[in-house]
Order: sequence, then C-alpha cells, then structure tokens
Amino acid sequence: MAIIQNRRRHVLTAYALLLPFLLIFSLVFLYPALRIAQLSVTDASLIGEGNFVGLENYRRLLADRLFWTSLKNNGYFLVLTVVPTTAIALAIALMVNRLKGRLQALVLMMFFLPYVLPVSVVTEIWAWMLDFQFGVLQPLISLVNGRPVPVFRNPNWVMPGIAVVTIWWTNGFNVLLFLAGLRNIPRELYEASALDGATRAQQFRRVTWPLLWPVTALVLTLQLILQLKLFDQVYLLSEGGPFNSSYVLLMMVYRTAFQLNQGGYASAVALVLFAVIVVLSVLQYQLLRIRGRS
Amino acid sequence: MRARTLANTLLTTLALIAAGVWFFPIYWAFVTAFRSEDRVVSAESGIIPDELNLSGFANAIFNTRLLTWYVNSIGTAVIITLVVLATGAMCAYALSQMRFPGRRLVYGIVLASFMVPAQALVVSQFILMDRLGFINTWAGIILPQLIVPIVIIVYKQFFDAVPKEMREAVVLDGGGDATLLFRVYLPLNWGITTALAIITFITAWNAFLWPFLVTTTEDVMTIPVGITQVNDAFGVAYARLMAVALLAAAPVAVAYLVFQRRVTEAVMISAGVKG
Repeated sequence: MAIIQNRRRHVLTAYALLLPFLLIFSLVFLYPALRIAQLSVTDASLIGEGNFVGLENYRRLLADRLFWTSLKNNGYFLVLTVVPTTAIALAIALMVNRLKGRLQALVLMMFFLPYVLPVSVVTEIWAWMLDFQFGVLQPLISLVNGRPVPVFRNPNWVMPGIAVVTIWWTNGFNVLLFLAGLRNIPRELYEASALDGATRAQQFRRVTWPLLWPVTALVLTLQLILQLKLFDQVYLLSEGGPFNSSYVLLMMVYRTAFQLNQGGYASAVALVLFAVIVVLSVLQYQLLRIRGRS
Repeated sequence: MRARTLANTLLTTLALIAAGVWFFPIYWAFVTAFRSEDRVVSAESGIIPDELNLSGFANAIFNTRLLTWYVNSIGTAVIITLVVLATGAMCAYALSQMRFPGRRLVYGIVLASFMVPAQALVVSQFILMDRLGFINTWAGIILPQLIVPIVIIVYKQFFDAVPKEMREAVVLDGGGDATLLFRVYLPLNWGITTALAIITFITAWNAFLWPFLVTTTEDVMTIPVGITQVNDAFGVAYARLMAVALLAAAPVAVAYLVFQRRVTEAVMISAGVKG
C-alpha cells in the first residue's frame, strides 16, 4: 500500500515539475504551430477569421514571382555566408590557438566582441562605415571599383554587403566552437607527428582536419539554419531592396502579414520556410556525417 | 629551427593584424561618437581619434528614450532568464531522474521544438498576443521567448551524469525530490546554470524580430528595437547615432569584457562542444 502510494506521489511530483514548461510550451509554441498550419489554408487577414480555401495559398505561392525571388536570394545568401564564415572562423581559430596567455585573450576578445552586440547596433555601425558620401570604407571600395558605391542601395552589392556584415557579427561564435574543438585534440598527436618529421601543413591535413571534422560539420549545420532565418539585417539595412534584390522569405512573411494584412497567405509562406529549413538541415547533416565516416 | 621561429613571429603578427581589422568597426564607432557632427563629415578628419566631444552622448541620454529602453531590456531579459532556467531545470530533473508514463513523449517534444525555427511562428504568435491583449506589454515581449529547449537538453545531460550514489545517500537520509533538485543537482551543476543564464540573457537582450513586432510605442521598446527609432529621428547625424549605438551595446559588452572566460565557456557548453 505504502509503495503504491509512494509510486503515485512520485509520478505526480514528476508531472508537477513538468507542468510549468508544458503550459508555456502549449500556449506560445504548440498552439501557434497548429494555428499557423490551419491559417495557411484560409484567406484570413492578420486579425480575424477567414474562410477555408484549401490549398489556394500554396497554389498562389507557386505562381508568385516574389516567392521565387526570395527563395533565390535566400540561396544566394547561403552561398555567400555558410562556407566562407566557416573557413574564416577556422583560420582565425588556428591563429588564436597558437597564441598564449594575455595575448590570446586579447585577440580572442577582438574577434568575439561583435557577437554580443545587438543587431541594430551592428547595422548602424556598418551603414555609417559604408555611407555613400562620408563612409570610411568608401575609399577602399573606390580602389576596387573605381568609384564609391551606395552598397545597400545597389542591386549587385547589397547581398554581398549584408553577407560581410553578418559574417563580421556572428563569426565569433564559430571561432569559439573551433577553439573548443582544437583544444580537445590530444597534444601527443602533434608531438608524435613532429618527431616523425611532419611539417605544419602535413600535421594540419593528417591530424587537425580529420579530428576537427565533427566540429566543422556542426558549424556548417548551425550556420545553414541560422542564415536561412535571415531577416534583421536585411530589414535594417535595405528593407529587401533595391528592386527586391535582397528580399528573402522571412521578409516576405513579415510584409505579407504585417503590411499587406494577409495572415493566411503569410502563414503558408512561413510553413514553406519552415519546411525548407528542416529538409535542408537534415539533408546537410546526413551528408556531412557520411563524409566524416569515409 | 630558425625558420620555425621566423614563421611563428610572422603568424603572430598576422593574427594581430587580422584582429585589428576585425576590431576596426568598433574602434571607428568610438572615434565617431567622440567627435562633433561637423568634424565627422569633414574631409580633413583622419582615422586617428582627435576629439573628446561628449555632446553625442549627452544627446543620446537626454533627447532619446534610451533609459526607458534599458529598463525594458533589462527587465524582460532578467525575467526571461529566470523563468527559462527555473522551468528548464525542473523539467530536466523530471526527465533525467524520474520514471513516469509519457517521459519519452515529453523529451521528444523538447527535442522536436529544438528543430522548429521560432521565426516561422511569429504570425500566429502575434495573433495570440493580440487576443490576450499583450501587444505593447512586457508580457507580450516575454512570453514567446520563454521556450529555450537547449536549456532543458543541456541540464538533462549534466543531471544524467551525476553519480547514482549521491542520489541514494540523500534518499536514505529521507530527502525528497525537492531536496535532491535544489540541494544536490543544481548546486553540483552551478557552472552550467551560470553558463545557461549568460546565454539566455544575451539572446533575450539582443532579440530583434519578436520585440520589434510586438511593440509599437517607444515606451515599451527594448534597446535593439528602440535605437532604430533614433535613426529615423536624427537623419544623418552620425556622431549622435554612434553614441546611441555604443550606449545601447555597453551593458552586455562590458559584462562580456569583465567575465570573458565565463562567457566563452558558456557559448561552448550551450553548443555542446564542451562539458
């Protein structure tokens, strides 16, 4: 009897411990997730109910030029950021890892500090540095391009510009992951290979790179997901322009829902974005795992 | 051997130059913020700091709602951090140390929600907050930010690793689950709690999209959203803008500089590459 009662109390205690999380989860996560699926098959405005329209929103989406432009820009941004930021972070981590003591702390701080800045601070600093008339970086751009460029108002420069800002802002996180990975590689492996006469390049190819691969795969996957969710920097720097050349899916969700007041259609776009993120990240993770094993 | 020393010096120099380049935007924000508006746009001003003009900062403090935004940001971020850690630790303890029907299901939910991008839910979350009357309130800013599955996942990992003998000793002494959680599991993992608190706080402090959607009046805006209003109000006044930006970034940036090692360790733990 006492055991049964104890058992029941144990289970009740467990549920009591889970309850706060589950309540909040149901309210702000589960319910909105179900609701967005339901909204995506209606013609609802942002506030208020709509009529069931079946798959009409998805049909409309497939015919929407802006949707394909957004998808293409999301893809272009991935190309501009995911692999470059991973490569840059690895290079920086290798440099920082060699340094010692105070010098290492100082250099690491200089690379990591941007990561703790709010996004709007980051975009304001870069908008100022790239100001068409007075920007401190315009002389450099003139050197390459022959004349100054209004970076965030030029269709060819806007996405690379946003990519540079994004890499500068978020790269510190990747550097830390690589540093942790490098510190987990046993020193003996380097000492042994040095005794065998291995050069630095050989050590990197035979020891560092293969042992670091799990971290590299992690960074690539995290970056893929993060950069697909691009919105803040675009909204703050170019608002999707000029001529939609920096329009991305989340921007489309925002504008459709909150400016065009089409909650149903915006929900369909959001669900597609969600599907793209899940499919791509699962796919990439599997691919990277296979590569890591062979 | 000489070649190796030379290479080392070269690599160190390279690292310093790269760090300098990376740091330049922040340096430039400082230089600009301490100049007068005229000097900022004059052709003769170089990239060396040459003025200690505080009018940009005075303007930021007295002519904007910066102080209100500080209060909103700190208030919401602190509440988010406390609630996320408390609910997360309780949930993780139950999942890690207790046996009950539905355990796998709940952990499945936690792992699945880790995969869902919260940004995809903003439309229906906004509709919900509107129904509840939470637009332009702290509750509206806070609620959707309370789901941070990584906190539960990390806590559970560390609770799993606590030796069973400790648990048995406490149970023999008549301690219940409350004693176990608050006197054993949490204190043993104090470093993890600090790490998760740091990460949750920084994320909440820097959150943009959601607070931007749910606030429309300046008196409830958080720092990252509020300072975009200043931009619209000032037009081209870069010294003032940079002063506002630096003040907006200051609390977390200074906290990072003071607790550098803790913050870097926290990032590593939350990404699962260290523990």
